[in-house]
Amino acid sequence: MNGTLKRIAVACLLMFGLLMANVTYLGAVKAEGLRKDPRNVRAFLARYNVDRGWITANDGKVTLAKTVDTGSKDFRFAREYPEGKAFAHVVGFFAPESSSGIEGAEGRYLDGSHPDMVVRRAVDMISGKPAKGASVDLTLNAEAQKIAYKDLAGTGKRGAVVALNPQTGAILTMVSVPSYDPNPLALADKSKVNDAYRKLDKDKDKPLLNRAIDLTYAPGSTFKAITAAAYLEDDSSRDENTMLDAPDALPLPGTNLQLRNYHGESCGGRATLLAALTISCNTPFAQMGMDLGYDKMKEQAERFGIGKPLEIPLMVQPSDIGPEEDKAALAMTSIGQRSNQMTPLQMAMVAAGIANGGTVMKPYLVNKILGPDGSEIDVTRPKELSEAVSPEVAAELTKMMINVVQSGTGNRAQVPGVTIAGKTGTAETEKNKPSHAWFIAFDADEDPQVAVAVFIEAGSAGNDATGGVIAAPIARDVMQAVLGR
Amino acid sequence: MSAVEATPVPMTAKRRGAQLGMLAFAVLIVMGAYASVGLGLDGEIPSGMLTYGLGLGGLMLAAYLVLAKFAPWADPLLLPLVTLVNGLGLVMIYRIEQTGQDGANATNQLMWTALGVVMFAATVIVLKDHRILQRFTYTAGFAGLVLLVLPVLPLLGTEINGSRIWIHIGGFSIQPGEFAKLALVVFFAGYLVAKRDVLALAGRRLLFIDLPRARDLGPVLITWAVSIVVLILEKDLGTSLLLFGTFIAMLYIATQRTSWVLIGILLFVGGALLAGQVFSHVQVRFRGWLDAESNDLYFDGVSYQLMEGLFAMGSGGILGTGLGMGHPRRIPFSFSDFIFAATGEELGLTGLMALLMVYALIVERGLRTALASRDPFSKLLAGGLSFILAWQLFIIVGGVTRLIPLTGLVTPFMSAGGSALLANWILIALLVRMSDAARRPPPQAIQDEGLTQVMQR
Repeated sequence: MNGTLKRIAVACLLMFGLLMANVTYLGAVKAEGLRKDPRNVRAFLARYNVDRGWITANDGKVTLAKTVDTGSKDFRFAREYPEGKAFAHVVGFFAPESSSGIEGAEGRYLDGSHPDMVVRRAVDMISGKPAKGASVDLTLNAEAQKIAYKDLAGTGKRGAVVALNPQTGAILTMVSVPSYDPNPLALADKSKVNDAYRKLDKDKDKPLLNRAIDLTYAPGSTFKAITAAAYLEDDSSRDENTMLDAPDALPLPGTNLQLRNYHGESCGGRATLLAALTISCNTPFAQMGMDLGYDKMKEQAERFGIGKPLEIPLMVQPSDIGPEEDKAALAMTSIGQRSNQMTPLQMAMVAAGIANGGTVMKPYLVNKILGPDGSEIDVTRPKELSEAVSPEVAAELTKMMINVVQSGTGNRAQVPGVTIAGKTGTAETEKNKPSHAWFIAFDADEDPQVAVAVFIEAGSAGNDATGGVIAAPIARDVMQAVLGR
Repeated sequence: MSAVEATPVPMTAKRRGAQLGMLAFAVLIVMGAYASVGLGLDGEIPSGMLTYGLGLGGLMLAAYLVLAKFAPWADPLLLPLVTLVNGLGLVMIYRIEQTGQDGANATNQLMWTALGVVMFAATVIVLKDHRILQRFTYTAGFAGLVLLVLPVLPLLGTEINGSRIWIHIGGFSIQPGEFAKLALVVFFAGYLVAKRDVLALAGRRLLFIDLPRARDLGPVLITWAVSIVVLILEKDLGTSLLLFGTFIAMLYIATQRTSWVLIGILLFVGGALLAGQVFSHVQVRFRGWLDAESNDLYFDGVSYQLMEGLFAMGSGGILGTGLGMGHPRRIPFSFSDFIFAATGEELGLTGLMALLMVYALIVERGLRTALASRDPFSKLLAGGLSFILAWQLFIIVGGVTRLIPLTGLVTPFMSAGGSALLANWILIALLVRMSDAARRPPPQAIQDEGLTQVMQR
């Protein structure tokens, strides 16, 4: 029987060989696919097994997102957002299957999977400790952010506020209203989170959208700052005293339509550039745009960063002055109407560029990244984005915008002891429909500290809510908070 | 060396020292694994480590002493290898119990292990010569059949998780099929030794295969029928496949006729196909294997357990998460049928290969015993027991790793469950007893005939 026994032994060997081959196939070849299968909850559970880095503001003094060790086996680390709604759109949330805001954009630093942290991760893995992520310190000024949120939410309307440091591009404030509480979206419970998310997603006010960067709106008269910049750049002999035609009604070429000033007001037939900007006449700026032509307007807009893709590191919806059409369309574009669409961040960049002597700095949210041991992994260095206008033109524009605040439509933005420059905007979205209200401003100092854009969405603002009335006071509060006054 | 020392019979070394060393090593590995679970779970060495370690160590020392006294020539590798897999099973069940999965109970398993070792020792002590078993061929066959059909009886049997393989006596649930397995292998061995000459007779020749005579088909058909009955009444595809496969293998060992293997395979495949047409649970299992990754079958629960096991092993990858760091709770019954998958997640491909290697060594030692045995009954019994171990491992591990359709069987020595543990410890005791007989040097031939010659007149 030994012959058959040996053959049976070979058969047994073959069975073990098959098992080993199959186990190898599973563990080495198919493992990757099995690990990533959406039905494999381990990836989901692994999210909660990382001591995720914190998100802070004010050089680490204010905690925006923190990790709490619950001691639970499956979901060990929970994520909490102590500052809640005011910071929700920037910080984002760490949901079971996705993450948004900084939580998403800086996720690889926060969970320690970034290549910069590979050594540390390997040490953690070998020592059996849970992986620890890096913390992200934001450029936000927590006080200004909270005031901006309080003011904007207090209006009961939808809108956004963005404040920048004009010299660096650091984003000091980024608020979108209505906002949401990120805490229920960061629970380790898919169905609860999905329910909470679906509810927010269905809300007609779209609280999940970050209106500062996700959507673009007609900038209205705030765009006149750009038109004025293009006009001044075009000919160095022009200045604030250049006289312009300012008819009550400007016939639009090729149409039967006439362009009028806001509420049909008159600017007296002729006005200086200064006067036209101060009281925000429409007709001279529409004429300016038509005289300059689409290409020059487009070029000036691009020099302010309009149309360029931007990551701060959140993705910013590109702004756009619209396609080239006829003269009539260009007239509308020049006063910030028609297809002219800007994000509030873009308008803050316009204010910041003028404040910074014509140089637009690249906006950024992340101040620095600190390893779990407190060492600096990365510190953001300010970068120049573009040269929007010459320093001389910037100075001219600043002078005129100071006038807007001192004796024009933006007088509600005055801050005692500080010279504020600004420009109001009230953009009609459709005839006889409520308008968007805008205000952009900065402190016109040798050493400007803050440039701000306040935006209040059409439909939510009252019919006669102009940028000067409703948006300027918010800009003032934010600037005051940043300047510490 | 000048003198030529003649050693007419090569002596088999007892290697008892090596056995003790390996036993201590196996217990140490288990204790290390136990400590590793604690460290992985909450960073501390579990307080029960010494109790478990010393408990297992003490048990194995006792088993070793019994072997030293009652079966000194026994294969030195079998006990340490079995200790290792049994201990790792204990650790995994302890680890799964910590996740709170219902049904995982390490204390129970340790108790059953103790009882298993007692049964092992008792078998070795009581069964001085395993050839006695040959006398009980038909008794064993009858006992095996009775044990097999017990769960089908009303009142006694209960259906758990779709299979009717349990009986309740007092407070205990017993899987009589596990013991039936042993009894039937004894029966097959005894029966085939008696009938193998007849069964080996060639009938007609078809192509290049000698077919057996038609009238000799009886036993095969009966076993086939019994396994089909098990399949239908108990919905236990695993045991059915296990018993029939073992019978065919033993038939082949006994008769050296490949035709039996072919007939067996044809019969089983035919039966399974027929059952697949008639009985939905067989068909469902088959679909759950072929199309396991489909969302529908997964969410319907058909391939849920299989896929969760695969996810676990895939997530373990090559090195595994480390003991205590995986998520065995995600796999239904990770402590019984799917303990292999749960182990794969935490010990990785490396751990599974080592585990399969240990099992392969156990089977190899068993087959070596069969080869070394001196009488046909021992050869058949040892061969059958070794094969059934390998075959069972192939069915369950192949099922869990999706090599073949999943049929519920326990992973020998690892899965939670008292019946299987007891039966498998007895199985090892039988192998040990036979290896003792096989390795024991035969009585020395008398050297100098002249001295002992009796003068007769």
